[in-house]
Amino acid sequence: METLAVTTVDLARTQFGMTSIYHFIFVPLTLGLGPLVAVMQTMWYRTGNPEWYRLTRFFGTLFLINFAIGVATGLVQEFQFGMNWSAYSKFVGDVFGAPLAIEGLAAFFLESVFLGLWIFGWGRLSPKLHLATLWVAVIGTWLSAYFILVANSWMQRPVGSEVTGGRAQLTDVWDLLGNRFALHAFEHTILAGLTTGSLLVFGVACWHMLRGRNADLFRKAAALALIVAVPVTAVNLVVGSRFGIVTTDYQPMKIAAAEALWDTEQPASFSLFQIGGFSRSDQTPSVDLEVPKLLSVLATGSLDGKVEGLNQLQSQAEQKYGAGTNYQPNIWVSYWSMRTMAYLGTLMFLVAALGAWFYRRGTLENKRWFLRLGVLNIAFPFIAISAGWFLTEMGRQPWIVYGLLKTTAANSANVGSGTLALSIGVFALLYIALGVLDFMLMRRYARLDPPEATEGDGEEPTSLPAMGY
Amino acid sequence: MDLPTLWFVLIAVLWGGYFLLEGFDFGVGVLLPFLPRDEDERSEMFDSIGPVWDGNEVWLVVAGGATFAAFPAWYATMFSGFYEALLLVLVCLIVRVLSFEWRKKSDDPRWRARWTWANTIGSIGAAFVWGVALSNLVQGVPLNSSGDYAGNFWDLFSPYTVFAGIMTVLLFAWHGATYLSLRTRGDLLDRAAGAARKLAPPTAVGVIVLLAWTVAVAVDNNAREVLGPAVPAALGGLALILALVLGRRHRGGWAFVMTALATVLLVATIFTSLYPRVMVSSPEFMNSLTVAGASSSHYSLKVMTIVAVILIPVILIYQSWTYYVFRERVGGRRPAASPVEALSPKPDEAPGE
Ligand code: HDD
Ligand code: HEM
Ligand code: HEM
Repeated sequence: METLAVTTVDLARTQFGMTSIYHFIFVPLTLGLGPLVAVMQTMWYRTGNPEWYRLTRFFGTLFLINFAIGVATGLVQEFQFGMNWSAYSKFVGDVFGAPLAIEGLAAFFLESVFLGLWIFGWGRLSPKLHLATLWVAVIGTWLSAYFILVANSWMQRPVGSEVTGGRAQLTDVWDLLGNRFALHAFEHTILAGLTTGSLLVFGVACWHMLRGRNADLFRKAAALALIVAVPVTAVNLVVGSRFGIVTTDYQPMKIAAAEALWDTEQPASFSLFQIGGFSRSDQTPSVDLEVPKLLSVLATGSLDGKVEGLNQLQSQAEQKYGAGTNYQPNIWVSYWSMRTMAYLGTLMFLVAALGAWFYRRGTLENKRWFLRLGVLNIAFPFIAISAGWFLTEMGRQPWIVYGLLKTTAANSANVGSGTLALSIGVFALLYIALGVLDFMLMRRYARLDPPEATEGDGEEPTSLPAMGY
Repeated sequence: MDLPTLWFVLIAVLWGGYFLLEGFDFGVGVLLPFLPRDEDERSEMFDSIGPVWDGNEVWLVVAGGATFAAFPAWYATMFSGFYEALLLVLVCLIVRVLSFEWRKKSDDPRWRARWTWANTIGSIGAAFVWGVALSNLVQGVPLNSSGDYAGNFWDLFSPYTVFAGIMTVLLFAWHGATYLSLRTRGDLLDRAAGAARKLAPPTAVGVIVLLAWTVAVAVDNNAREVLGPAVPAALGGLALILALVLGRRHRGGWAFVMTALATVLLVATIFTSLYPRVMVSSPEFMNSLTVAGASSSHYSLKVMTIVAVILIPVILIYQSWTYYVFRERVGGRRPAASPVEALSPKPDEAPGE
């Protein structure tokens, strides 16, 4: 029986993790591309320069293709807490449900209604009002990010609530909304979204410059993208590090796992790369590249701060929550997702900074190797973001709500492995098919020439490519 | 009214809003294979709901979120119990959502045809399952003593619930045809009005049977006094008859008001049948989930009540405004020639000032 129970939890986790990661491929692009398109349209509105209009139309189309699939996959998210995690839902609904419901009322209505107005409002609303609808929709997407991260952060650091009668109950909504963890998560996620959006615009611009098509137009796009990307990628490195310090306060185990730090060190050195050393039976890596004291700085903010190790934290947790459980998350996943995120983050900053340098010197268009790198660079934010969520979610294990509820006690008791396997299969097939179509659509539209400014007012560029399927 | 009851009512209102609004979207989807004669007319049908369907669907998202927040045990039991059915709804809604934005991204006829079918199948499937799911709440499903669903997927289908599913699809189709008669022009308009007139008699009769059947099921399975659910059911019957009559007299606007009322009153009948329970258990009636037993704490409900009281009126205002903006019939001449011209500086006015 025991092994069977573990299997259904694993299946539920697989299903949930899979669909969440998938949702979050499209979310950051919505969060980041939305404001960029809005800026383009604002520029057009203010200057009357038709180039900005063409860019708005061009990137607006990409934004909408992506938005549609963000909405479609978001619906799954809304339902599957109850479907897969009914014990969890009963336990947390009182606290966790509130931000979810508020997200719907305060954010989803805004984004959906105003985006509808934007898509179909060309030429029907006054230019000023039409521009405003896009900005309101963008605000909606950001609000949605805030509220959902409040919900998620409560699972990371449960505040503003107490457990009574076997259920968590809300006691202070301001504590919930002002959760320090949530504010950091919001900051980090929004910056990640802007990174994704700006690097997509930059990459697409690079592609067109490589082919020498519409060079003037895409130089403008590249400039706008770089103005956003350089500061955003730089600041996010700092914000990410601060987020690490905050996490050390509330979930020291997650950070110890992310560093594969088995024994408490003071000062602690940072491991750049290691082979082995990721399991309890094998705590010493065979290859290890370290920077002295760096981990102390990253995790505590001081040069000789003390960073606790996995072994010590395990015995503390056993004293607090009872023996017989492994309180350590998967070390390998935590270690490498942290590094993927940080290394790619640094790389993206370097690409953006170099791009800005070339741009200022006027040599960007001649550096073909760099333009190719710019195109490749489109993929990096997506990888970094998925890694971030793996760290956040898997690093929280074995808890589903930190310190209050274990994942193994949270799934739907009445949903068997057959049903879960069915739903994994259905979502996998559907999502793969949709992913392929989305990619093809995005690529096709990213390679088109931007619509001419004189083209009609239909809500799409009038010349549509034929697709052969 | 105590807060749990208020939230029960609010959730009923959210479902009512969802049926009213997404009901005609679904109806347009159901009619896609039947009404249009060519690709232009199909696009006009899509355009008639293009700007609004997403806002309509959010009523469902919020109904889900509100159930989670206000009645965690209800959300948990219903969503885990109806797992496969919801999986089906999700697949239907996903392909349907994508059809709106992706269909028009290519002129290839096969691409368009596939997404048109995706919309139709998604609309029929989702409408049918919602009918089955909501009627199951009243009819009762096997719950165990810890309040978990103890049945399987096939237990959700009985003559009553399948009938409810079918009638939901038909009602939406009628509602959608009436909507199209207000939003289209020319031949398409004639065909939409014709479809509404043809759908009216069987659907009105069927939904009246469904309303009566629901009241009977509530009395039998939910120990409900007749009067509560009978009032919305009777009003619903009246709305259906009026919709039929008005449709025949070519009073499209009023007919639409009546089909809209009928969808709302169907939801109202289901929810009054359900009260004071949120999920009836059958055969073990004692295991039913009640409004009082499944609700969140007082504080949590109070917070959400404040938020809802502030936000819902604002939402209603801006959502109504979009319907006002897009009140014009689709398929005519496009409005202003080019947005660029609309913005190009006029002699007396510089842009952006
Ligand atoms: C940090 C941001 C973020 C995160 C962590 C999530 N989402 Fe999301 N979601 C968005 C940010 C977002 C968005 C930016 O607002 C989306 C993405 C693309 C879009 O269309 O809106 C969206 C769409 C979206 C929709 C469709 C809304 C509509 O119909 O317009 C639903 C129902 C959800 N999400 C629900 C969820 C749930 C239940 C999540 C938790 C597991 C979740 N999302 C994680
Ligand atoms: C508010 C938003 C979110 C909530 C409430 C949430 C909650 C959960 C829950 C309940 C689980 C299952 C239990 C567990 O394994 O811990 C889970 C797992 C997971 N989630 Fe999230 N999640 C959210 C957002 C996301 C997003 C946006 C992503 C990724 C893009 C994500 C990635 C994952 C992954 C990868 C797992 C699997 C972890 C594992 O199996 O150990 N989550 N999350
Ligand atoms: C030096 C660079 C970075 C550091 C030190 C860093 C640090 C962190 C940490 C510690 C977490 C886990 C938070 C927790 O669960 O406690 C996290 C999560 C995350 N990171 Fe990073 N990060 C960096 C760069 C990036 C970059 C470049 C991106 C994407 C473009 C990114 C995207 C994310 C996302 C999406 C999450 C999940 C958000 C959440 O937990 O709410 N990170 N990051």
